[in-house]
Amino acid sequence: MFAVEVDNLRKEFFRRDAARTHMRKRRRRVAALEDVTFTMERGECLAILGQNGSGKSTLVRLLSTLLLPDGGTATIFGHDVVRDSRSVQRLVNRVSVEASFFKKMSSEENLSYAARFYGMGPTETREKIPRILSRVGFPRDRKHEGMEHLSRGMQQKVALARALLTSPVLLLLDEPTTGLDPRSKLEVQDFIREVRRTHDATILLCTHDLQEAEILADRIGILDRGRLIALASADELKERYKADTLEDAFFSATGRSFEEEDEDAERGVFA
Amino acid sequence: MSVVPGPSSSLRHEAVSFAGVVERNWYLIKRYGWWELAFFFWSLANTLTIVFIAKGIKAAGGQIDVNRATTTLLIGAVIWSFLGLVFEFMTETVAWERWEGTIEYTFMAPIRRPVHLAGVGIFAVLYGVLRSAVLFVVIALMFGLHMPDANFLAAAIVLAIASISFMGIGTMTSVLPLISPEKGAQLGFIAQGTLLVISGVYYPVSVLPGWMQWLSTISPATYALRGIRHAILDGAGITSLWGDIWPLIIIGVIAFPLGVWIFKQGEIYAKKHGKLKRSG
Repeated sequence: MFAVEVDNLRKEFFRRDAARTHMRKRRRRVAALEDVTFTMERGECLAILGQNGSGKSTLVRLLSTLLLPDGGTATIFGHDVVRDSRSVQRLVNRVSVEASFFKKMSSEENLSYAARFYGMGPTETREKIPRILSRVGFPRDRKHEGMEHLSRGMQQKVALARALLTSPVLLLLDEPTTGLDPRSKLEVQDFIREVRRTHDATILLCTHDLQEAEILADRIGILDRGRLIALASADELKERYKADTLEDAFFSATGRSFEEEDEDAERGVFA
Repeated sequence: MSVVPGPSSSLRHEAVSFAGVVERNWYLIKRYGWWELAFFFWSLANTLTIVFIAKGIKAAGGQIDVNRATTTLLIGAVIWSFLGLVFEFMTETVAWERWEGTIEYTFMAPIRRPVHLAGVGIFAVLYGVLRSAVLFVVIALMFGLHMPDANFLAAAIVLAIASISFMGIGTMTSVLPLISPEKGAQLGFIAQGTLLVISGVYYPVSVLPGWMQWLSTISPATYALRGIRHAILDGAGITSLWGDIWPLIIIGVIAFPLGVWIFKQGEIYAKKHGKLKRSG
């Protein structure tokens, strides 16, 4: 059984145009994901590379049951994300580019709240939360401080702790190091490596950091305008596109440089 | 082999999740303690403006029993404040989480929606009862109100039964911020305002036009107010309040499941159209 099996997955959003027809703003369908198909083995780390607006976050949200697909299927360890969403929810957790916490609450309170939804009672969290916070390098003496007083890097460490606290078998990382200073970025990357070594987790890493994808992932997928146009190891991609670097391979595959914003980046709110 | 925990742990899981929602709201109340105090003073001032009306009528030459009229208005104002708090908490369930960005983490967690919403509703009711009781006592002392026959236990039972319906209506309004992050929360005031007009908060429903009187029969607040006033002013017991209790039970049995169903439809809409995202 595959850890993740995605078959012809499709998601569209409506976008209002500025132009009006008969006094009403026109709405048009914009595809955020088009017939995406791939599988992941248990324990694998797969990076999805793509520009802003390429559909990376839409894919993560579909796999974490936050969006309903318009076509195709996705299963996590055999559980369909639509028909068997509760089983999927027990298996998956996610770290996104925004840490997203109740800012007045402390890291400990935020983690307790998140853990309760996964059936972890006070006795369990009292023992587990300090352990996991220390594992991500969070200073013990700051666990009672409101999240609003923590740096962005520190908040992202708590976000990682929140995801790992529930022992997910599939970890969805949606640009987890974007906006972090170099030191925090390295710490988070080290931690992801440690999780792979010590925790039986399958990791889907969506990023636009080419180096991060290359050092962390077993295989790399290139998502361009909602289409998965390539999926192979970094070396195979370089070989396929006759490129010296992953950036050159990305350029050859998409026909555009990595820094170029997808002209249709606003295609959907979640793209 | 399945990697999903079996059903044996399911009941415990739901109980822990339910407690988690209550616990989260308690943390937030603690963290926003001074704001809560400020809102309490706002409720106090608001209630006073209503309660002074009885004395005003007397001063203008009206012939009324000021103690009874003041108590009647106080019960109306306190129940109104209680309702406002319950609706606000329930609507904020979504609006606040959207603002903080935590909504995606809550909605991707393996918690049943009725358990989630019941956790929010129960906390809102408990906190609402506590704050309303303090408000009632403070104003009753300020005005030196006498309630020699009051049956507070019966009044509390009526309020507890009515709270199931209030949670149901609150659940229906809490879906609005899912559909419109900008205006949804404000739309909740429509439900609250409608209940204010038709339920006899400050006047008997008999003064309303016929069609409004009909609407008042499906409002749980009508029976709650009538029952609580009867218990506090006349010392009515549960047996004599049965005429107000059975409609509350029927409305409650319908309102909460209906509220959860409406919320589920809103959630499906939000998942189809990508509305479960940070806003603010």
